[in-house]
Amino acid sequence: MSQFEPIEFFNTQRADVIARYALLPFNFTALDGTRYVVTNLAGEYILLEREVLQRLVSGALCAEDPLYADLRARQFLADEHSKMAPDLLAIKVRTRNEHLANWTGLHMFVLTLRCDHSCPYCQVSRQSENTAAFDLSREHAEKAVALTLRSPNPAIKIEFQGGESFLNFELLKFVVLTAEEANRRLGQPKDLKFIVATNLTVATDEMLDFCAQHEIGISTSLDGPRDLHNKNRPRPGADSYERTIRGIAKVRQRLGRRSVSALMTTTEASLSRAHDIVDEYVAQDFGGIFLRPLSPYGFALKTRFFRAYNAERWLQFYDEALDYVIELNRKGLEFQEYYASTILTKMLTCKDPGYVDLRSPAGIGMAGVIYNYDGTVYASDEARMLAEMNDTTFQLGTVEDSFETLYTNETFLQAVDETFAYSAPMCTDCAFEPWCGADPVFHWRQHQDMVGRKPESEFCQRNMHIFRGLISRMEKDPFVRRLFTRWAHTC
Amino acid sequence: MLKLRGQIQTRNTTTTQPLMAQVTRNSLLPAVMRPKAVLLLKSAELSQLTEDRFSTLRGPKPFAGVLLCGPDEALSAAEEAITGVPDVYLLPEDYAYLEEGDIVRLNPEGERISALFRKNSPSNSILLTERCNHLCLMCSQPPKRADDSWLLDDAFELIQMIPPDTANIGFTGGEPTLYGNRFIDLVEAAKLNLPDTALDVLTNGRAFKNESFAAQLAQVRHPKLQLGIPLYSDDPVRHDYVVQAQGAFDETLHGILNLKRYGVRVEIRIVVHQQTLPRLVQTCEFIARNLLFVDHVALMGLEITGFTRANLDILWVDPQTYRDTLSKAVDVLRSYGMHCSVYNHQLCLVNRDVAGVYRKAISDWKNEYLPQCAGCARKSECGGFFSTQIMYRHSEHIQPF
Repeated sequence: MSQFEPIEFFNTQRADVIARYALLPFNFTALDGTRYVVTNLAGEYILLEREVLQRLVSGALCAEDPLYADLRARQFLADEHSKMAPDLLAIKVRTRNEHLANWTGLHMFVLTLRCDHSCPYCQVSRQSENTAAFDLSREHAEKAVALTLRSPNPAIKIEFQGGESFLNFELLKFVVLTAEEANRRLGQPKDLKFIVATNLTVATDEMLDFCAQHEIGISTSLDGPRDLHNKNRPRPGADSYERTIRGIAKVRQRLGRRSVSALMTTTEASLSRAHDIVDEYVAQDFGGIFLRPLSPYGFALKTRFFRAYNAERWLQFYDEALDYVIELNRKGLEFQEYYASTILTKMLTCKDPGYVDLRSPAGIGMAGVIYNYDGTVYASDEARMLAEMNDTTFQLGTVEDSFETLYTNETFLQAVDETFAYSAPMCTDCAFEPWCGADPVFHWRQHQDMVGRKPESEFCQRNMHIFRGLISRMEKDPFVRRLFTRWAHTC
Repeated sequence: MLKLRGQIQTRNTTTTQPLMAQVTRNSLLPAVMRPKAVLLLKSAELSQLTEDRFSTLRGPKPFAGVLLCGPDEALSAAEEAITGVPDVYLLPEDYAYLEEGDIVRLNPEGERISALFRKNSPSNSILLTERCNHLCLMCSQPPKRADDSWLLDDAFELIQMIPPDTANIGFTGGEPTLYGNRFIDLVEAAKLNLPDTALDVLTNGRAFKNESFAAQLAQVRHPKLQLGIPLYSDDPVRHDYVVQAQGAFDETLHGILNLKRYGVRVEIRIVVHQQTLPRLVQTCEFIARNLLFVDHVALMGLEITGFTRANLDILWVDPQTYRDTLSKAVDVLRSYGMHCSVYNHQLCLVNRDVAGVYRKAISDWKNEYLPQCAGCARKSECGGFFSTQIMYRHSEHIQPF
C-alpha cells in the first residue's frame, strides 16, 4: 500500500455536500446584466455570475465548485483549511493606507495669478501680466516654506502653480533656494523635490538653466493639435501651441527627455477629437496622456463653459480615446492613459498611486495643500478655485497660522470625517469603494454637501463608468489584461 | 552524475572513528598539516609510484589517510606497495573528480566516503538531516526516521574547514529546522566562520510560525542568508496534499510572514508538476498579491529521483505541454515587479518571453545533456537535464537550436 494519501484525504470538506465556510467582508455591484464585481477589503476583485454570487452569500457552495478555491485564495470566504485570511487582509489594508501616516507630501505655491493666456475655461481668474498685486510675497513664501517643512512626510514635493509660474520667476528662485537651505538645516533632511506648472511660453534659457541645476520637473499644458490647442488657449499672437512645443523641446534638451509632463483640458471642442489629441501626445513623444474632465470650478463654471457638456458626453470621449490608446499598444506602441493607470494601480496592487481625488479618507489637506498668492492656505487646488468664487469653506487658514492650527481646522477635519467612503452612505455598499475616493470639495460645489447625493453625483457616474469599463475590457481581452497589469505597476 | 558518497575499501586502518579531512595532492605537505589532510593519488600516479615513495608515507608524521583512486587493476597493483602505510582508502574511479581543497568524510569502520565540499563546485549543499515533517510526493531525499544528528555535528565541523573565499553554500535536508535552536546556532557558526559566503537554506518554513524562532534567526544577522521555502499552491488543500501534511499550508504561510516581519530574505520555490500545474498561475497571483515582499520566486522543473520515481504517473508532465502556462506565471510575477527565475528547464522547452528569467541551476554533479544536444547552437546557455531525467524521463520534444 502506498504511504501517500490522495488529495481527497486532505480535503476535510466532502465533495458532494454543501461546504462549511464563513464569508469574509466583501461588497458586490452589478457589472452588466448577468455579472457582478465582488471586491474584498483589500480591493481585490473577482467577477461572479449572479447565480454563483447568490449561492456564495447563501452559504450553498460546494468545495468542488470551480470558483471555491479562487474565492478562498482571494479571501472572500474562509474555511477550516486556512486561518491566514485575516492576517493577509490586514497586511494588505495596512499597506494600502500606510501613506496616511506620512501626512501631507504635496505643497503647492501659487506664485502669481498673472498669466499671458486668456483661456475661457481657466480655473482661476486671470490678471494682466503687469500687476504685482496678484503675486505671492517673499514674506508669505518664507512662512509657507517653514510650514511645508513641518510636515512629517519624509518626501516633500513643492509644486509651483499660477497663473503662469514663470511670470514670477524671481520668487520661484527664492522659494527653491530658501527651501533647500532650510531643508539642509533639518536634523533629518527630507527628500525634497520641485515641479513647476507652466505653459512654457515665457520660459527663458536662464529659467531652464535654474531648473536644470535644481532638478525641477516641468509640468506643462498641451490640449491637442495646433488648431485645438490655440483655440482653447488664446494669447496675444495666437501662438500658444508653437511656443509650448518649442518650450517642450528646449526643456528636454536641457533637463532630460522625461523631465517634462503635460496635462490636457477637455473642452467641448475636444470631444470630437479624441484620436487627434492622443496622436498629438504620441507625436510629441510623451509616454502617455492624462484624460481629465473639465472641473466645475472657477471661470469654467462662471462662464457656463463647464455645462457645455455633461459627464455622459465626456465619458464617450474618454472611452473612444482609451480604446484608441489600447489599439496603439496592440500595434506595438507603448503608451498609457494615466487616469486608467491610477485606477488600475488601486485595482491590481496594494500601492497607493497618490492621486488626490481618488483617496479615502479624502486627499484634501492630507495629500496636498496649497498656499495661495495672498497668503491664504487651502486644502486643495480646487478649494482655492472655489475661493475665487467667494466660497472659502475649505480655507485652512493663512501662512501666519501655526502648522497645528491649519491642520486642526474644524471644517477640514469634519469634511474628512464625514466623507470617508468606507462609511459614507451608498459608498459603504459599493464594490468600487476600495478603488474610489472621497471628493468633498466637488460635492460641496455640486450639492452644497460634503458627502453629496451619490445617485446624482457626476463624480460617481464618471468613476463607476470607468471602473466598469476597465474591468470589462480586461476581462474579455487577455492582451488588455496584460497591458493594464503593466500600467498598474508604473504609477 | 557524480557519485558523492558510497562504499569503498580500507587498508591498514588505525582508527574506527569517522573523520573529516581536506584532500591534498601534495605529498610534500608540511608534516604539521598532515593530521588534517588526506593525500589523494589518482590512477596515473599510482602506476608511477615506487615502493620508495610509499615508504615516505610510512614515516612518523603520516597523513590522516591516503586515498588511492583508480580502476580495479591499478588498485590491486598498488596493494603490495601500500603494505604498512596506515589508513589507506581504495576509491573506485567514480571519485576521480576529487581535487585539491575538497573536503571528504571517511568512515573507516563502515568503509564509506562522502564528498562534503568540492572547491570547484558553485553549489555545495550540506545535508543536515534526513528527517522531515513533510512527505512530499516528489521528494528527492526521501525522509528517514532514524536519529541522524551526527550530520549536524559534522556540519559544525565542516563550516570551519570550508575556505572563507567560498561564494556560496547551502544547508539542506530533510527539514533543517527540526533541530530548533541548534539550527540557529549553526547559522550563527556559518556567519562567524564564513562571513562572506552566501548561505541558502532549504526549509519548509513551518517552524517559523513560531514568531520568536523567526526573531532568533533574524538576530543572527547573517549578511547573506536566504531561506528557500516551498509554496506549492494558493489552495491549502492542494499544498497540504503535495507535501502530504495536513495544516502545512497555514504554517508555512505564517512562517513566511514572520520571517519577512523580521527582515529575513525568503525565496518561494515551486516545483512544476501535474499536481501544482493546475493552479500555477493562480498561485503566482496569490504570491504577487499577498507575499509581494518575498525576495525571489523560483519555478522549478522536476528531478526524477527519490519519491518522484514512485509517483511518476501522478507527477510527470512534459514541459512542452505547459510552456504557455509557464510564460503566464512568469508574466504575473514580473509585472508585479517580483524577482523570479525558472530553474531546471531545458531552453528548447520554454517560450522566448521566459528567457530573461531562465537560469542554469542544476548542480554540476548531476547535470547532463542528451546526445542530440551536442549539435545545439545554444547548449552553453541551456541548463540541461538532471542526470535522473536522462535516466528515467525527459521531454519528447527536445529540439536542438
